Amino acid sequence: MKRYFSRKILVYILTFLLAVTIDWMIPRFMPGDPVDVLMARAGSFAEASELMHDYYTGVFGLDVPVWQQYLNFWKALFQGDLGISVYVFPRPVTQVILDAVPFDILLLVPSILLSWFAGNHFGAFAARSKRLDNTILPLGYILTATPYMWLAMVLAWALGIVFNIFPISGGYSYAMTPSLSWAFIWSFLQHWFLPFISLFLVGFGGWAIGMRNMIIYELEADYSHYLEALGAPRKLVRKYAFNNAILPQITGLALQLGVIVAGAVVTEVVFSYPGIGYLILQAVNTRDYFLLQGCFLFIILGVLIANFAIDVAYVLVDPRTRIGMQGETT
Amino acid sequence: MITFLKKNEILYFAIRNNKLKIGLSVLIFFILLTLVGPLLTDYSPMEYIGPPSAPPSSEYWFGTTTFGQDVFSQFIHGLKASFLVGIIGGGIGTLLGVLVGFVAGYRGGMIDEILNMVTNIVLVIPTLAVLLIIVAYLEVRGIFAESVFIGLTSWPWAARAIRAQTFSLRSRDFVDLARLTGMKPLKIIFSEIAPNMMSYLLLVFILQFGGAILVAATLDFIGLGPTNAMSLGLMMNNAVLWGALLLGFWWWFIPPGIAITAIVGSLYITNVGLDEVFNPKLREM
Repeated sequence: MKRYFSRKILVYILTFLLAVTIDWMIPRFMPGDPVDVLMARAGSFAEASELMHDYYTGVFGLDVPVWQQYLNFWKALFQGDLGISVYVFPRPVTQVILDAVPFDILLLVPSILLSWFAGNHFGAFAARSKRLDNTILPLGYILTATPYMWLAMVLAWALGIVFNIFPISGGYSYAMTPSLSWAFIWSFLQHWFLPFISLFLVGFGGWAIGMRNMIIYELEADYSHYLEALGAPRKLVRKYAFNNAILPQITGLALQLGVIVAGAVVTEVVFSYPGIGYLILQAVNTRDYFLLQGCFLFIILGVLIANFAIDVAYVLVDPRTRIGMQGETT
Repeated sequence: MITFLKKNEILYFAIRNNKLKIGLSVLIFFILLTLVGPLLTDYSPMEYIGPPSAPPSSEYWFGTTTFGQDVFSQFIHGLKASFLVGIIGGGIGTLLGVLVGFVAGYRGGMIDEILNMVTNIVLVIPTLAVLLIIVAYLEVRGIFAESVFIGLTSWPWAARAIRAQTFSLRSRDFVDLARLTGMKPLKIIFSEIAPNMMSYLLLVFILQFGGAILVAATLDFIGLGPTNAMSLGLMMNNAVLWGALLLGFWWWFIPPGIAITAIVGSLYITNVGLDEVFNPKLREM
């Protein structure tokens, strides 16, 4: 148990170091110096631009050797300082991202968890029932094969433009400023629904299919046959099968996180939803590499934290890891 | 004789399996469309040939874009790109997964630990971030480069699955016997373990194939895809960029998505069908 976690934590630390290093490389190895971008925007006199150039280079910390920059990056990182956004100069990147994070949490956490729970229970329910297996599960295959942005586009077009039920752009009405009023919450929910449902549906299909296939394996396992032979009620056998089949689904959630995050990024782009995905697109378009760097750092942190939570959940659910079978045996 | 009977049995169940039949039919339909398609259209995908934003008609089967490009022609070229990405990206992903999985599962110990760690790291690092840096260096990006990149980042789950399978086969009697006779580890892997996993490896390849197509669509959609070719994801990117949603040009973005969904969905269904064919326990009586 202790070894299991210490090994896991070592992997997390290594991953974090490597990921942050790659992240640090983004603004430094990209073509198009961020300072030049700002200078081009300013487009001032030769003499003044000399001074401006020095000033900006100092602001972004690019006037020291590369190794010093790398160390400074780590130092700044632990102080929560991610540099200054070029796109919305001179707002700090941390500030820009912290404004976007709540939107992501409110969108991603419910859609991932709900689709996982609903998909697993539905898949378990549909397994080995001929009618459901042949009617609704094909729908699951279609859903899980759907590209995230396409489902988002179809929903936006059908429900937003053709039937005009939902707004298709932004995180809340453009006429409002964020506040804790009922009108704002209502507007937020209206804008939240379409991105949520499109993320939910794609995930739901995948989990339902996965669970259905796992349950069929489990129902054919020896212990299931043995239970049946003992005359155990069908419901009980299924419950045991479900408890066993849920384990690979938990691991599957960890494996799928990257795909889900990428899916959320494109979904936010379709709906212009003001989360990190949308910020990434804007940062790419305006060559704001510091903002890009910050966005990826938050994604890395989020994925790592989620992975760790899944590891803990796995240990809680699977008695074998608790007793001390180290590492994964599956 | 025995192998012939066994093949026959698999064939027998393959013919009776509805999932396999449906999946393969859809897949073959799209493959044929990709091969025959170029003969059906006289236009090149990028050329401005028709009236802008015309709905589908007998002249332009899928209508035209805002700039008067033929959507059907783009669609056919996009299909080709998707299959290429699937074969190359899925192939590399499977190959790497097989390699890492076999070595880690068979060797165990320290090598397993290290490979496992590498797998977990690749799994967690956001591929988008790495891609952004690579993209910055490649002035002209083709479908081939994109496929290679997808292959290089998509192998971890396959490696884990294959490692687990190898792990369970490693301690079987016939493997022990091979080891006792002094067979080299590489030979044991390829002549004793791999043949027992062939069906499994095929399933992994199918899933990698479908996954690569989906990833490519995502990358193309945020503008990190090929710069010198047309793809289904790029069509959707252009459609959103030029307001096809707001203006209701549904013929521009509906076909590429349907094609991706149909191809990937049929791959998944074929996968389950094959699983039922190969695995007697799963056959529905």
